Amino acid sequence: MLSYVLRRLVQSLVVLLGVSIIVFGLLHLTGDPTRLLLPLEAREEDVRQLRALLGLDDPLWVQYLRFLSRAVRGDFGLSFKHQVPAVTLIFQTLPATLELTAAGLGLALVVAVPAGIVAALRRNSFIDAVCSIGVLLGQAMPVYWLGLLLILVFAVKLHWLPAAGREGLASLVLPAVALGAFSMARIARMARSGMLEVLAQDYVRTARAVGVRAFLVTYKYALKNAAIPLVTIVGLEFGVLLGGAVITETIFAWPGVGRLAVDAIFSRDYPLVQAIVAMLATLFVLINLAMDLLYTYLDPRIVLVRSHR
Amino acid sequence: MSESVSVAVAADVRPSAAPLRRRLSFRAVFGLTVLLCMGGAAVFAPQIAPWDPTRQMLMKRLRPPMWEARGLREHPLGTDHLGRDILSRILYGGRISLGVGLSAVSLSCLIGVTLGLLAGFHGGRTDAFIMRVVDVFLAIPYILLAMGVVFALGPSLLNVILVMAVTRWVQFARIVRADVLSIREREFVSGARARGSRSLRLLLRHVLPNALTPIIVVATLELAFMIIYESALSFLGLGVQPPTPTWGWMLSDGRNYVATAWWLATFPGLAIMLTVLAVNLLGDWLRDTLDPRLKV
Repeated sequence: MLSYVLRRLVQSLVVLLGVSIIVFGLLHLTGDPTRLLLPLEAREEDVRQLRALLGLDDPLWVQYLRFLSRAVRGDFGLSFKHQVPAVTLIFQTLPATLELTAAGLGLALVVAVPAGIVAALRRNSFIDAVCSIGVLLGQAMPVYWLGLLLILVFAVKLHWLPAAGREGLASLVLPAVALGAFSMARIARMARSGMLEVLAQDYVRTARAVGVRAFLVTYKYALKNAAIPLVTIVGLEFGVLLGGAVITETIFAWPGVGRLAVDAIFSRDYPLVQAIVAMLATLFVLINLAMDLLYTYLDPRIVLVRSHR
Repeated sequence: MSESVSVAVAADVRPSAAPLRRRLSFRAVFGLTVLLCMGGAAVFAPQIAPWDPTRQMLMKRLRPPMWEARGLREHPLGTDHLGRDILSRILYGGRISLGVGLSAVSLSCLIGVTLGLLAGFHGGRTDAFIMRVVDVFLAIPYILLAMGVVFALGPSLLNVILVMAVTRWVQFARIVRADVLSIREREFVSGARARGSRSLRLLLRHVLPNALTPIIVVATLELAFMIIYESALSFLGLGVQPPTPTWGWMLSDGRNYVATAWWLATFPGLAIMLTVLAVNLLGDWLRDTLDPRLKV
């Protein structure tokens, strides 16, 4: 168990190192970062000055190590546009994004898990059919279109909810629904197939055969075991949601990291872009590490399986 | 109590093959039909589109679809803020969505399958290295990476396809690796190895064909994803650039007119949703038919 935890920790560190290489490479994509950092009409001496300032004349690996040692300390440099440390800006906007993703994920779980379970218990029924159609639509609706439709119906036509901004709980509803819909569909689908799989297991059949009450079979024996794989999915889904937040925040003018990122990309604010990508990736790695460890706690068999992989 | 038991037991025992097959084939037929229509419309857009999709007719701007009061018969789905025909733009936009989607899936399939084969077949350090790279690409928010790269390199058709492929190959690599891990232990592989097959031949002749089913299924589901992905990039202004009509751009244009002209954003969105729905239905059906145990 301990060796598994240790190995998983080392793996996470290696992944973060890989992330740092990609984030570093982002700036060097075009060969010469000054071309990204300066406006096209910049003078030759400005270019030279910036090269010297950023240490761009050093060998690439020296530059990378310097970048890495700063990044580890959370120093990604000043945002060009805002002239404050990039990390400060992220910490200002991160709560809004976490609020939105948590609401989206929470909504997805609250709707999807019961729906998936009911669909599995009443397989091929009317409820199952309704759920399948919901899943299909949820997976086919692009988040930006769903967002626009929600604004059109609930903000423009009905005036029930605000279309943009972050003021109070009401403004959270539409973005959370738009963001959570896709995950909702996926989780409902997983919950249904997971539940069906567990219901077909020998121990469920045995429990029924020896006369354990149906309620207990469903909720104690089956549900508990069907819930285990969902833990991993929640971790992965969080990454999907963080990505989706970029678009959702743009549509609903939600003042989070996603909108900050889009803004940074369009204003060539590369230190900020680098910091955001690195931060979100780190967050994702940490959450998945936590989920994996929780998983091994819930299902100890997994350590054995993974140790022998 | 007895009711829920009998329902659940019945679900396990009932020979449900006949109704199941009927429902599956409905999904497949529906998916294929919609997809063929969309594909046909995209391919023959120059022949069937009533207008040039980039032609601006400012006298007729923001006209609603023809069934509404101010609608014009020659513009069945209305016109946009520059007086361009929405139907024609949707027809032409399909070329970008489907074309870019197919190219990106093919490329990411090529990268992912190659790396997945290597990882699963060689195991050990190769496997560990490739899987960590997979983890890195899973961790980075792909849409931000794609935006950053496209912005740095310039939003051309080729760059968009490349970026989409490079950020999504992991889906293929993971599923292929998992499959190869079990295939390589099978007897026909050791048999071929015993006969002296070289690694490459072994991979291409014996391992790859047996891993084909999940690859086909993932490719279909990824096509649906890529269509959404492409239009998302377009929507954010980093896709294929105007004046080329794309569904994502149309949505982005329509965003400013949500309150006054609902048809601008609604129809391109509907086109995306129908196409993605059709591809997903096809993918689900393929999975259930080819390999019901597959979890994708």
